[in-house]
Amino acid sequence: MNSAYESTGSKFRRREGCIVTTWIRHKGWTWGFRSTVLLYFFALIVLPIFGVYVQSFSAGWSHFAESIVEPIAWKAVLLTIKLGLISTLINVLIGTMIAWVLTKYRFPGRTLLNSLVDLPFALPTAVGGLMILLLLGPGSLIGEAAEKLGFEIVFHQPAIVIAMLFVTFPFVIRAVQPLLEELDPLEEEAAYTLGASKTTTFFKVILPSMLPGIISGGMLAFSRALAEFGAVVLVAGNIPGRTLIASVFIFGEIESDNPAGAAAVSVMLLTLSFLILWIINTVQQRGRRM
Amino acid sequence: MRRLWIGLTYAVFIFLLIIPLSRIAIGAFENGLDGFAEGLFRPEALHALMMTGLIVIVVTILNALFGIMMALYLVRANWLSHKIKSILNSIVDLPYAVSPVIGGLMIVLLLGPDSIIGGFFEGIGFKVVYAFPGMVIATLFVTFPLMVREVMPVLQEIGHDQEQAAATLGAYSWTTFRKVTWPSIRWAVVYGLVLTVARSLGEFGAVLVVSGNIMNKTQTATTLVYQDVENFNVAAANGVALVLAAFSVALLLMMEWAKKRKEVH
Repeated sequence: MNSAYESTGSKFRRREGCIVTTWIRHKGWTWGFRSTVLLYFFALIVLPIFGVYVQSFSAGWSHFAESIVEPIAWKAVLLTIKLGLISTLINVLIGTMIAWVLTKYRFPGRTLLNSLVDLPFALPTAVGGLMILLLLGPGSLIGEAAEKLGFEIVFHQPAIVIAMLFVTFPFVIRAVQPLLEELDPLEEEAAYTLGASKTTTFFKVILPSMLPGIISGGMLAFSRALAEFGAVVLVAGNIPGRTLIASVFIFGEIESDNPAGAAAVSVMLLTLSFLILWIINTVQQRGRRM
Repeated sequence: MRRLWIGLTYAVFIFLLIIPLSRIAIGAFENGLDGFAEGLFRPEALHALMMTGLIVIVVTILNALFGIMMALYLVRANWLSHKIKSILNSIVDLPYAVSPVIGGLMIVLLLGPDSIIGGFFEGIGFKVVYAFPGMVIATLFVTFPLMVREVMPVLQEIGHDQEQAAATLGAYSWTTFRKVTWPSIRWAVVYGLVLTVARSLGEFGAVLVVSGNIMNKTQTATTLVYQDVENFNVAAANGVALVLAAFSVALLLMMEWAKKRKEVH
């Protein structure tokens, strides 16, 4: 009797399992899941980007052209590109050096420095801007010393470059490090054995292997520098063509209730950033193929 | 030569990272412990920190779910053609290239009170822009790629074989995911979570534009710091900034830990 009871129980359980299975395996679930995720993705990412382009052309080409040829607008974009290039150049130099030192040398504090590299990624950009303001701003030691020498840092171009430098610091280092780790020490030794000097080895063997990382890291740093707002807004000024950069200009246009003007400059900046992103992808894909 | 390079590296770290970080800490206690407490325990500061916390929680949960799903689809889905997958794959990166201010502007244009969708929601009494939902959407937009980009390479690396074996042996897709896929992507997910928390904690530009920065209503910790600085109230800003910086350093330590676990699996 006992065994009969058990067998009904297991049969029942099996049938229940069957129902759950068909329920889980129902096609509707899969399709519902797939369309939810894709819809979320399109609504969140694609639609907003599309919207800005539509908005900036909604009043017609001539209006768009007018917003762009306005000297304040294109001067802001040009200044952003210029300062972004300067900060990227500095970053490429010190980033390559730091990546080299952190992978090739063993010295006390190396692990600590290696984890500190990511700090600018983790730190809110507004806090980064506040740091620069506190250190170099009016009333600080360095700020006052510079003022006596006739330099102006905060609310002028140097502060903007420093802010961009701070925010984009990790990019080049993190792009070059893995390449250096992969580099076979035998290649280096072979170069020495064949009589190459340290400088020749560096330029002929080590630098070429770091180059893809330097380029893609530098590009990423540049596009981030163009987009940067939080750190920059606290230390940038508002003089068109001299200290007014694009993201701050866009913010000003939004604040003064001119979304069309903001959208026009946004489209310029966005197109530039997408172009850079596309180049990075192409470079990386080519690198992978080789 | 070696000493020179190591010395230069130390110099860069000290001047670019360590001195600025300690300056915030000193600045916060400039008026003693009372000054720090006063800056931090203002009602608007407490409210701002609460807003930031809420945004971080909502954004992290949503992005984790949809990010993992998206990564799975982009790597595994055979119902999408290769071409479509590679297009979607490049779209995932777009938020990286968009300036946060522009991200905020997009949402205002799309969902603001003057737009069609925003007008509809306003009509039924649901405010999106200049309110909490808009701020969440802005942060979601900015942080979307982080989780996808952490999980995707791991999925590509572990390959399809084990999952197929599980499926052949009769496991349902959910069981396959839980027993086979999840153990290998676990630490990548943790790393992605920490990155998402860090980014949404510090998000400033997009949130500033979308929130309208209304004190005690839509102000977050970072926009409060900005407003304090604009009002020349730097001492008060320091307290909140120090709390944010402390969180970031803690998250950085967690990142290191997760990275180590990720390498081991």
